[in-house]
Amino acid sequence: MSYREEIRNFIVNTFLFGEEGDLQDSTSFLECGIIDSTGILELVTFLEEQYGIKIQDDELVPENLDSLQNVSAFLEKKVLCAG
Amino acid sequence: MCGIAGLCRLSSPRPIDLDCLQKMVAVQRHRGPDETGFYLDDWIGLGHVRLSIIDLAGGSQPIHNEDGSLWIIYNGEVFNYPDLREDLLSRGHRFYTTSDTEVILHLYEEKGPQCLEDLNGQFGLAVWDAKKRELFLARDRIGIRPVHYAVVDGQLAFSSEIKALFQISHLARRIDPIAMDQIFTFWTTLPGRTAFEGVHELPAGHYMLVRNGQLHVHRYWDIPLYPRQDWINAPIEEIIEEIDALLTDAIRIRLRADVPVGCYLSGGLDSSGITSRVARRFNNRVKSFGIRFEHPDFDEGEYQNRMVDYLGVDHREIYATNEQIARSFPDVIRHGEKPILRTAPTPLFLLSRLVNESGFKVVLTGEGADEFFGGYNIFRETKVRRFWARQPDSESRPKLLNRLYPYIFKDARLETTLQSFFSRSLYKTESPLFSHLVRWENTSRIKALFSAHLKSQIGDYSADEELCQTLPVDLGRCDPLSKAQYLEAKIFLSNYLLSSQGDRVAMAHSLEIRLPYLDRRLMELMMRVPPRWKILGLDEKHILKRVLADDLPEAVLQRPKHPYRAPIRESLFAGGQSESRELLSEDLLHKAGLFDPNKVRLLLQKTERSGPLSEMDNMALVGLVSSQLLWSQFVDGSPAPDTEVARTSVFMDARGGRDPLESIRIK
Repeated sequence: MSYREEIRNFIVNTFLFGEEGDLQDSTSFLECGIIDSTGILELVTFLEEQYGIKIQDDELVPENLDSLQNVSAFLEKKVLCAG
Repeated sequence: MCGIAGLCRLSSPRPIDLDCLQKMVAVQRHRGPDETGFYLDDWIGLGHVRLSIIDLAGGSQPIHNEDGSLWIIYNGEVFNYPDLREDLLSRGHRFYTTSDTEVILHLYEEKGPQCLEDLNGQFGLAVWDAKKRELFLARDRIGIRPVHYAVVDGQLAFSSEIKALFQISHLARRIDPIAMDQIFTFWTTLPGRTAFEGVHELPAGHYMLVRNGQLHVHRYWDIPLYPRQDWINAPIEEIIEEIDALLTDAIRIRLRADVPVGCYLSGGLDSSGITSRVARRFNNRVKSFGIRFEHPDFDEGEYQNRMVDYLGVDHREIYATNEQIARSFPDVIRHGEKPILRTAPTPLFLLSRLVNESGFKVVLTGEGADEFFGGYNIFRETKVRRFWARQPDSESRPKLLNRLYPYIFKDARLETTLQSFFSRSLYKTESPLFSHLVRWENTSRIKALFSAHLKSQIGDYSADEELCQTLPVDLGRCDPLSKAQYLEAKIFLSNYLLSSQGDRVAMAHSLEIRLPYLDRRLMELMMRVPPRWKILGLDEKHILKRVLADDLPEAVLQRPKHPYRAPIRESLFAGGQSESRELLSEDLLHKAGLFDPNKVRLLLQKTERSGPLSEMDNMALVGLVSSQLLWSQFVDGSPAPDTEVARTSVFMDARGGRDPLESIRIK
């Protein structure tokens, strides 16, 4: 399963009660109300634990975390650096 | 303070089912444990349970006029009754009690429905005109006291609480899908709707006339909206003086009772202000009552203690433990008769028990100040978001949000992300619902948990659209703060705070709450005060702080706003708490048919994990448990009347042409 699929599963099960609806790769989690402030912390914890990465404070910006495509692109970059 | 019940034939006379009427009265015994009373003729049966507060010996109901043609049953208080009584006496009316109830009846005799204009108070009432065969039902302006009704078996049934209507065996008990949609949007139903199909609530500020078998519902008051040119155009010092005098008078007339009156004291500005004025100007031996919590995030003990020391009042408090909140939650739903998304009514249910056990029947509370003086964060948030929307690319404007929600923004790392959250719907500044859109859109996400069946029943119904259709035309023309105040007071105050978190949890222990900030004169004045004096910059309730400057210690006056909340996961889903999980078992979820068990399971799994739960997840949990409780208590089961019934002190029988005044008054 690709990063994108894994993250999609996490988002759908954690925040959408298992219902994908019209969640697109580019859907903004924040603007569509899928994730709120606590949700961002949950997402960060999931990424750090699942992929063994450490996310820095200055990386916690919507450009890295606010849609499936943003998160997966960010993750690929992080995992590559870590490797 | 009391409970009312009635059965009124609509098209043809038929014997009233007295047994049913007695059950309707008995099931509301908590509202009036002191005595019961009945009136019967060939068209109507009226029942009443009484909590005696004014004219303890003589105020038994139903009460009649001079010739026995008009009969009233009444739940409430009209605080300006002594003045109204003087006027009626001078017009030749004769009184046989000293109660406020009889004043209203004669005023109705004099003016008809227009009598409501003169009443300053909190009430739900019914007047039967036996000559004209007309029934008049009415409710106070803002909805402090309830009146519910349903048409069944060719009769209009009405009562204070819905559980009384459900004593009628032919009335179906079904949860209303549209009500579910509204509650999981607005946190409560819109005016007029209840959680049950076919059961209606008379909206606040409305009356009903039943004439020739037809029901006519009219609005006599609404939260007033004023265009800029009608705002008070006076220096702030003069406005402060006017509010100051009115607030003192609103308190003074609410201390009228033939029993002692206590005060709720939370440690916040509003209740501290009331308690201080009562203690210093009217009764320096007043007793105050407060709530303490286990967790420091919820507890306001520090400020309560400061006020107690400052005023030297005799204070009593309860500790609302997580375990107690869980244990009492089913009672709160049985009394509230509606799904809710918060547990905050439960500590108030526990507090009213303490007050009752302390021998009190009446307390003053600080409810209503946040709505009419501009206290809520949602008002300040709207102001910031509007300011930001004028320059959406500004980096500094959204930073103002940090000042509103320091507890959310405490993790500085998340600042940009959180700002992005609040930028939702920023372009919708023209919508009359702008202030509340973020809240309502977020809440609506919980509807994903609804079962497929419930979703199909709701269909393409839009709660927002229904709301927009009922809004007054003036709303579009008024300032952003008044718009937000209107929505907040009309929906959340009237239908949740005054009900689930007000009347119901207080009356559960036979306690009457009185709310000085909701005096009609204060509400009307505050809607004419320029918005800048309510929220000056981002200083909420600015003008109220200035009014109360001499009443309170500096620390309470300058204290940042602390929203009153109660724990959710920690109480309803704590370690040994199994009742909530049982209610959300696959079996019971299937039976109730309201929620999708698979989706509920995902939420429960998340709840079991140790990580933080979002605000929405917590609200979803309360919504699930309370809906399942409501179904189990009212649909699967049915609310049973109290077996212990208060003594009947009035039984007026006019059936078959008898003269009711010749009935025996049981004393």
